[in-house]
Amino acid sequence: MDWSALSVSLRLAVFTCLILLPIAIWLGRSLAYARFRGKGLCEALIALPLVLPPTVLGFYLLLSFGRDAPVGSFWAGMTGSGLNFTFSGILLASLIANLPFAVQPIQRAFEHVPHNLREAAWCSGLSPRQTLLRIELPLVWPGIMSAAALTFAHTLGEFGVILMVGGAIDGETRTLAIAIYDRVQAFDEQGAAQMSALLLLVSFITLGLVYGLAGRRRWARG
Amino acid sequence: MDWLGAGGGHVAESCIASLRVAVNQTGPIPLAADFICQPGELLALVGPSGSGKTTLLRTIAGLYRPQNGRVECAGDVWFDAERKHSLPPQHRQVGMVFQDYALFPHLTALENIQLPLRHLPQPQRREQAEQWLAKVRLDGLGNRYPNALSGGQRQRVALARALARDPKVLLLDEPFSAVDQVTRRRLQRELALLRQQIEIPIVLVTHDLEEATALADQICVLHNGVSLQQNSPEALFSRPATPLVARLLDRHNLFEGTVVEVAGQRRLQWGGTYLEVAEGLTNLPLGETVAWYLPPSDIVLHRRDRPSQGERENPLTATVSEVVVLGGITSVSLSVGHGDMLRFDIATHAARRNQLTRGAVVNVSLLAAGIHLLPGHRVRADAHDKRK
Repeated sequence: MDWSALSVSLRLAVFTCLILLPIAIWLGRSLAYARFRGKGLCEALIALPLVLPPTVLGFYLLLSFGRDAPVGSFWAGMTGSGLNFTFSGILLASLIANLPFAVQPIQRAFEHVPHNLREAAWCSGLSPRQTLLRIELPLVWPGIMSAAALTFAHTLGEFGVILMVGGAIDGETRTLAIAIYDRVQAFDEQGAAQMSALLLLVSFITLGLVYGLAGRRRWARG
Repeated sequence: MDWLGAGGGHVAESCIASLRVAVNQTGPIPLAADFICQPGELLALVGPSGSGKTTLLRTIAGLYRPQNGRVECAGDVWFDAERKHSLPPQHRQVGMVFQDYALFPHLTALENIQLPLRHLPQPQRREQAEQWLAKVRLDGLGNRYPNALSGGQRQRVALARALARDPKVLLLDEPFSAVDQVTRRRLQRELALLRQQIEIPIVLVTHDLEEATALADQICVLHNGVSLQQNSPEALFSRPATPLVARLLDRHNLFEGTVVEVAGQRRLQWGGTYLEVAEGLTNLPLGETVAWYLPPSDIVLHRRDRPSQGERENPLTATVSEVVVLGGITSVSLSVGHGDMLRFDIATHAARRNQLTRGAVVNVSLLAAGIHLLPGHRVRADAHDKRK
């Protein structure tokens, strides 16, 4: 059992969720309410990781993370270290690869909040911030939960992008999914089976918890 | 507890506590409206769909900002386009009942009502919300979520939530349109009762004329965003300012006549009849053609067996061309020779007693005091305008 790979996978999934969800709430809400030119383009850009082969996405990320590319050099200027083949690198890649999984459910949820509920909240004296916290977020909670579940599960299972950007450095960028592949390549079928079972279990428990949390709404219809 | 804590103090302030709205813009929604609503008064904005009623209500609440205009309530200026001043809805203290109530589905009835009371400490907030719940007769249902309430109960929660804010104006956007008729009658009755205890302006948006007549002190008629006339329902129904207002109020008996002089007396020539008119005819130049309107209540049917009051006033012989029985009321149309059609309502039993059947010839009087002249208007020209 490759415990360090499990730890990398879990850390990656948790950090991706924690960083991505606030961004996705802001993005999803803006896209749901705003009407502007190029909104379709924005949505297409966010959805792109859904349709691109992970290796293609990984390839472009690898290029742009290089020290002489804008993103890589900016990062190096900020932190002094590179992005490729580091945990920060695969985290950033994971954030980008998961954008559609996080944004889309949240955007749909915001779109389903009747417009006049916000107005009713304003007329009840709630500021825009209070309206977000007390009215909108509780109403889009199921959307946020399903975004979290999808992001978490997808990060645990991501293979191509991580391999392209991170390689398979033990304790740094080798996730459980990559470790399983390595074991199979090394004809260690028992190790691969153990880790696969673990990944299955962790994914199942996470999704169960998340959907359970989202489902507990006494007020929901039906 | 007193409603809204409104004691005697409000009465003295009533002159300045009124709501004044003046809005003007050419697009995207054309608006040209101004109206006033006094405290304790219920003003109904009526008009066909798309006449800008709801936009005006949203303007008062601060949910819509017109290009030009001014909204003033209880002495405070809420909106003044000239000074680029607009208070956000949070600071306008309006109580708004939305058309579909807009209750927060994730909050119980009690929590919905507590939301505008957040300035109070929690125990007091709950106590006050429970009092409101009792006032709208929903005691015991406070822990229900909106989806477990009936349409009428939801409307009551929405009303309680609007009033809980201690608003300076109550805005009702078609509040009875989403419930069945029995519930609607009951809610209308409750609103009429509740009004007696509220000392703030109330603005009701409705397309239901009957509802507006039953509930409102003042009606403002809107058409394509333009406020055409504001007056009490009685005045409006007997003295519409233009043929268009009459039509929007579903008034019939709109005709054209010519000012003539007969034996030294001013008369209104209508087909072959010379009508005596109590008011307004002497100021008009001879030969002028004007539109005129007669409220159906000022058409007096002569009884066959004995003469009745007002028989001498503008007597007219006509043929019954249409008799429509609508329950206890019968709508009768009379054809008066030159093609115009007089329409009035009569109790069904009275219609039977007078043998009002198609083709029957009857005598009626058109009361001179009821004839309302609309100088400067032509019936058909306006009808043409309307189609534009």
